[in-house]
Amino acid sequence: MMRLENICRDFQVGDQVVHALDHVDLEIKPGEYISIMGPSGSGKSTLLNILGLLDRPNLGTYWLNGADVSSLDDNALAEQRQQHIGFIFQAFHLIPRLSALENVELPLLLAGAPVAARRDRAREVLDSVGLATRLDHRPDQLSGGERQRVAIGRAIVMNPGLLLADEPTGNLDSRSSEDVIELIEQLNRNGISLMVVTHDPDIGRRAQRHISLRDGKIVTDDGRLSR
Amino acid sequence: MLLRDVIRFTAQSVLAQRMRSALTALGLGIGVTAVVLLTSIGAGINLYIVEQFTQFGTNTIAVQPGKASTFGISAGVLNSVRPLSLQDAEALKRAPYVLHSVPAVSGAASVKARGRERTVNVFAVGPQFDQAFKFHVSRGSFLPNDDLERPRAVAVLGARVYSELYGSANPLNDRIRIGGDRYRVVGVMEPKGDMLGIDLDDTVYIPAASGLALFNREGLHEIDILYDERAPVDEVIAGIKRILLARHGGEDFTIIDQQQMLDVLGSIIGVLTFGIAVLGGISLLVGGVGIFTIMTIAVRERTPEIGLLRAIGAKRRHILQLFLGEAVLLAGLGGIAGLLVGLGIVAVVHLTIPAMPAQIAPVYVVLAETIAVIIGLIAGVLPAHRAAALEPLEALRTE
Repeated sequence: MMRLENICRDFQVGDQVVHALDHVDLEIKPGEYISIMGPSGSGKSTLLNILGLLDRPNLGTYWLNGADVSSLDDNALAEQRQQHIGFIFQAFHLIPRLSALENVELPLLLAGAPVAARRDRAREVLDSVGLATRLDHRPDQLSGGERQRVAIGRAIVMNPGLLLADEPTGNLDSRSSEDVIELIEQLNRNGISLMVVTHDPDIGRRAQRHISLRDGKIVTDDGRLSR
Repeated sequence: MLLRDVIRFTAQSVLAQRMRSALTALGLGIGVTAVVLLTSIGAGINLYIVEQFTQFGTNTIAVQPGKASTFGISAGVLNSVRPLSLQDAEALKRAPYVLHSVPAVSGAASVKARGRERTVNVFAVGPQFDQAFKFHVSRGSFLPNDDLERPRAVAVLGARVYSELYGSANPLNDRIRIGGDRYRVVGVMEPKGDMLGIDLDDTVYIPAASGLALFNREGLHEIDILYDERAPVDEVIAGIKRILLARHGGEDFTIIDQQQMLDVLGSIIGVLTFGIAVLGGISLLVGGVGIFTIMTIAVRERTPEIGLLRAIGAKRRHILQLFLGEAVLLAGLGGIAGLLVGLGIVAVVHLTIPAMPAQIAPVYVVLAETIAVIIGLIAGVLPAHRAAALEPLEALRTE
């Protein structure tokens, strides 16, 4: 479970200070499916990056599984990301010279897991995302949808509690998009918290809880209303 | 992160850009090849010269006329200097530990025998020359133990002189002319080879006194002393000095022991080898710059990858390891390739031009590879550090 308290994130752009996040409070319960929408520059990516511990707030506290992670050092943040958060990017960010299996193995490799164990785990995960026959294919030998499924496999291989998807279908055609969304929704049904940042209202609508941002502030949040 | 995974990951990165990696490694490889070749030639020359100087044993001392403060070979004789005489050579036999004292004068002269003529080296030496330097006669005997001042006019032929003048006929007791004077052949030497370019087989040996007359000289070029190898050199030299001082009244001679000669030569060759190594080092440095350049480019190209690795849990230290590893791997591969090429060339030179002194210097070989790896480390530090310092978010966003 994650809780943001009074989070502010400012950027200096020229002479101006832009408030990308302006006193944001947010609580995410385990297993929630949240979509974040809003116009460009509304702060939705910043929110995602703060939740993913890729960015640090200027002000406020971030509670991750009961611990304050807003003041951790660089190494500790890396460990937290590794253990608790899975990322899915619009551009996939697969390593082109590694096979699908090796890409999925990467988080385990960085964590120092023994070879045999991580190979088994990566196989199992690729099987679960429907790529059991593509283990040895490099990214350039896979379709866009398949690439994103490898990336999803990599995101969940460490069994994180939270899956963060930033425009996960931005580079995909509509059929692959549907496949990918269904896949991450399936993962959500199995218990992982899912947060999707998207421009696409059709995708945004599918979530159980809808948050919209404007100028760094949460303007609507039906999850909070329903409580 | 496990070490084998670091190695595997960096190897995959290097292999992904085969052409580029090969060219980068080549840069350093050429440097290593240069070091191997240059030092091999240096070591070869060293060995060649030491062999040349020690082939007659290391327990010899040369006494030359004139006082020299350096150990050059004195060419002429100064006026104020008393020449080294045959009596000096005789007297030195009584110096402590001295086994043989051999007077020597050398030059060139034409030799006529059986209607043939040949210009050869002439060594006018004392009768113990063969024992002192372990030369052996194949026929007859060496110069007889005559009166030093008035020896009989006899000559011993070097192996080549003999075969050129006589073919395989018996030369003993034959009359020959050396520089116009008549000599009787008493012996033929076994083949001996070269010493510093002088063909010892293309040489005729005559008594020292005859040589002084032949070359119109008052004094000897040199007195060669062979001493007991168990004796301390300093005491041998002191004994020689004492006798000559008493005879000459002043120090107008130079005593050169083999070790001094080797030391001087060794230090010259050492400087030479060092200079050569520096030249090789410069080419290694150029190779290092190549690795630095490629690593800088690699970090820029793979910035999004660095961002991704950081997002999925890589620490800065991991990024540093991966990029440093890549630089070291490139350098190491280049180093090994350069070593193999260098050793290959040395081997080919050995086979094709046996006379060319090239000796593999293992110390420099190991050193070259070590330096290659260290250069890789140094060249990689800055780019790898830059990679590790990237903020994950910034790196991810870079296109």
